[in-house]
Amino acid sequence: MSFFGFKGGVHPHDNKAQTKDELTVLLTAPKMVYIPLVQSNPAIPVKPLVKPGDSVLKGQKIGDADGMMTVPVHSSVSGTVKKIEDRPYPVMGAVVPTVCIENDGQDAWAELSKVEDWEKATKEELLAVIREKGIVGIGGATFPTHVKLNPPKDVTVDTLLLNGAECEPYLNADNRLMLDDPRSIIEGIKIIKKILGVNTAIVGIEENKPRAIAAMKAAAEGTGIEIQPLKTRYPQGGEKQLIKSILNREVPSGKLPSAVGAVVQNTGTAAAIYQAVVNGVPLIERVVTVAGKAVKHPKNVKVPVGTLFSEILDFCEVDRDRLYKLVLGGPMMGLAQFSEDTPVIKGTSGLLALTKEETNAYETRPCISCGKCIEACPMSLQPLRFVQLTLKGQYKELGPANLLDCIECGSCAYACPANRPLVESIKLGKTKLREIMAKK
Amino acid sequence: MATLLNMGPSPHIRTSETVESVMYDVIIALLPALFVAVYIFGIRALVLVVISVLACMGTEYVCARIMGQKPTILDGSAIITGILLAYVLPVTISIPTVIAGAIVAIGLGKMAFGGLGSNFFNPALIGRAFIQASWASAITNFSGISRAAGTFRYDVMMADGMAGPTVLTAMKSGQSLGAAIIKNGNPYLQAFLGKMGGCLGEVSVLAILAGGLYLIWRKQIDWKVPVITIGTVFVLTWIMGANPLLHILSGGLFLGAFFMATDMVTRPVTSLGRIIYAVMLGGLIALIRIKGGYPEGTCYAILIMNGISPLIEKYTGPKKFGEVKASGK
Ligand code: SF4
Ligand code: SF4
Repeated sequence: MSFFGFKGGVHPHDNKAQTKDELTVLLTAPKMVYIPLVQSNPAIPVKPLVKPGDSVLKGQKIGDADGMMTVPVHSSVSGTVKKIEDRPYPVMGAVVPTVCIENDGQDAWAELSKVEDWEKATKEELLAVIREKGIVGIGGATFPTHVKLNPPKDVTVDTLLLNGAECEPYLNADNRLMLDDPRSIIEGIKIIKKILGVNTAIVGIEENKPRAIAAMKAAAEGTGIEIQPLKTRYPQGGEKQLIKSILNREVPSGKLPSAVGAVVQNTGTAAAIYQAVVNGVPLIERVVTVAGKAVKHPKNVKVPVGTLFSEILDFCEVDRDRLYKLVLGGPMMGLAQFSEDTPVIKGTSGLLALTKEETNAYETRPCISCGKCIEACPMSLQPLRFVQLTLKGQYKELGPANLLDCIECGSCAYACPANRPLVESIKLGKTKLREIMAKK
Repeated sequence: MATLLNMGPSPHIRTSETVESVMYDVIIALLPALFVAVYIFGIRALVLVVISVLACMGTEYVCARIMGQKPTILDGSAIITGILLAYVLPVTISIPTVIAGAIVAIGLGKMAFGGLGSNFFNPALIGRAFIQASWASAITNFSGISRAAGTFRYDVMMADGMAGPTVLTAMKSGQSLGAAIIKNGNPYLQAFLGKMGGCLGEVSVLAILAGGLYLIWRKQIDWKVPVITIGTVFVLTWIMGANPLLHILSGGLFLGAFFMATDMVTRPVTSLGRIIYAVMLGGLIALIRIKGGYPEGTCYAILIMNGISPLIEKYTGPKKFGEVKASGK
C-alpha cells in the first residue's frame, strides 16, 4: 500500500464486478469501419493518404499530418475505402472527416516494419517509431505519446509512473490487459525507461484489483520495475494524484508532471508501445469495457478502432428501452454520446449503457453549503464558488478562485447532495475565463 | 439508428445522497432529545414541537407561493427549523407565541433571504430572538413549569413547590446551587441526563450527544465545531472563575453547538473557517454568560457568528493542491 495519498476524492461504488472476471472477447471485425481523420484534438485534422475506391491493408497508414501534436491514422481492417465523409466523433460532439472502409474479411496485414533490436536504437529512432505507429495515450485523453515521452530539456525526469489504477467505476479494460498480457506492459515499460533514461519505474494499481497486482508482480520479477498497490479512491489515476500517492511530490499549479521529475503513462499505452516497437503493429485495436445495467451481457471486448458503438451494443445485447445514457469512458469523466453511430477511437476505454436509476438523476437544488464538494475535491478547491460565480456571470473572479487548477474529475459533482451543476459551471467558466485572458 | 440519447456533462453517476436525505439525517438526530422532552415535560412538549413544525411548514408554503417558487416544504429544512425553534422554548410557552415565532423564523429568517440556502442567520434562532425580544418573560420565566406540564417529574423545584430558576440563572445571580435548583443528587449527572429545568430540547446533554454522534458518524457535521465550541466555553468559564463543568452541561450550549453552530447554511463552509468560527463562538458564549446581561448566551452568540461567517469564509479558503515551490518536493 502506498503510504502517502492525496486529499479529497470520493468512493463511488466501483461496479467492476460486472466485467472483472469476464475474459476479453474478440469482436468479429464489422462489415464497415469508420476511422476519424483526427488525433487527440478534433480541431487538428489529419490529411487522408487514400481516396474512395482504394484498397487498403490492415495496419496500413491512411492519414498523416505535419506537426508535432498529431500522429498518423491506420486502417484497422483490410478492404476498400468507400468514402471519406464528415461523421460524428465521440469527443466534444464534433463532426470530423472520417474514412469509411468496407471490410473484405481477409484480415490481410500490411507489411509491418519493426525495430530489429530496440536496445540498440536511439531515443530519437524509438520516438519516431512510436509516432509512426500512431501511439497515443489510451487512458482517454489520446495525447500523442511521442510528445509526452520527450519532456522539455530543462527538466530532469527521474521516475516513470505507470497508471494501472483504473479508478473509474465500471471499467476493467486496463485490469484485463494487466491480467491477460502483463508481459507486453512490462516490455513496453522497459522501452519507455530507455527513452526517458530513467532507472525507476513504478506501476500504481488500485487495491481492488488484487489479481492484476499479482499478475504484474509476477511479470515484473527480476526487472526492477516496482508494482505499487494504491488505495481504491477516485481519482487515484489522475496524474497529479498518482504522483502524490506514489512519490509524495506535488505538481506545482500550472506545471506538468515533469516539473517534479515524473512522467506518467497508462499501462495500456506501454503495451501498445511494445507492440509498435517490437512487432511493428500500429495502434488499431483496443479493449473496451461494455457495462451498465442496460447491458444484458457485459463484457470486455477487443475491437478494431472505427467499430461503431451500435455494433458493440448489439454484440453485448443492450436493452435499448432501458438505455438512458450512453457514456464513452468511465462514469466520472466519460462523455455522454448522443448517437450510437459513433466509432470507437483509441482512447475508448469503456462504453457504458446506463439506466436512469443507475445515474441517480436528481433535480438541481439550492446549495446548502454542506461543504461536501470541498471535501471531495482532490485539488483542494472550492467548487461551490465556481457555480456561484458562473451563475452570476462573474467570470473574471474565477481566475483568483483557482478555476484553472480544476482537473474536471467530477468528484465534487458526484458528492453534491443538491446536484448542483458543478462540472457544467467549471467547463463554461474555463471557456469564459480563457476568452477573457486571451483578450488581455 | 438515430435515437437521440440523454446528454449532460460528467459525472454520469452521483451519490445517493440528496438534500432530503441530509435533512432527514438531522431530523433523526433530533429525535432523542424529543423523547427526553416528552418524558420530562409531558405530552405538551410534543404538542409544541408539532405545532412549531406545522407553523414553519405552513409559513414556508405560503411564502414560496407568494414568491413564485416551487414549494419544497418536504425537503426537511422547515421541519428542522420547527423542531429547533420548539427546542429552545420552555414548555410553558403559549401556543400563539410559538406560532408567531415560527412565522418570523421562516418568513423573516429564511424566505426573506430567498429560501433554502440563501439565509445568513439560523432561522430557528431568529424565531427565538424575536420571541425573546417581544415577550421576554415567556422565555426566561421557568416558574410554573410543574403546573403547566403536569408531569414534571423531577425534584428541581424550590422548597415551596414552585419551580426555581435554571442553573444558569442561579449561577448568574450568585445563588448556591444546592439551595436554588438541584436537590437530591449529583448536579452534573442530573444536568447530563436532563433532570432539570430548561427549554424543551436543551435539558438532556445525553440525548443531544446521542444525536450529535449520529450526525458525526453520518458525516453530516464536522465534529470539530461542537467540540471546539464547547471546549472553548469550558476553558474560558474556568479562567473567569465560574464552574466550567456546570456551565457546559446546562443551558443551550450542547444543543447550540451540535445542531445550530453546525447548521450548514449559516456556518462557514471551509474547514479552517469552521474552526475559527467555533473558537469565536465559544468565546462569545462565555463572555455573554459571565460578563453580559443574560444568563444564557448561546442564541445571540450564534446569531452574531452567523453574521461574521461569510467574512471568515472569505479568508479561509483551502490551500489549493500544487501551491508549492517549483521543486514540488
Ligand atoms: S471537478 Fe474540479 S473542482 Fe470538482 S472535485 Fe474535481 S478538481 Fe475539484
Ligand atoms: S456539495 Fe453541493 S450543496 Fe454542498 S456545498 Fe457543494 S455545491 Fe453546495
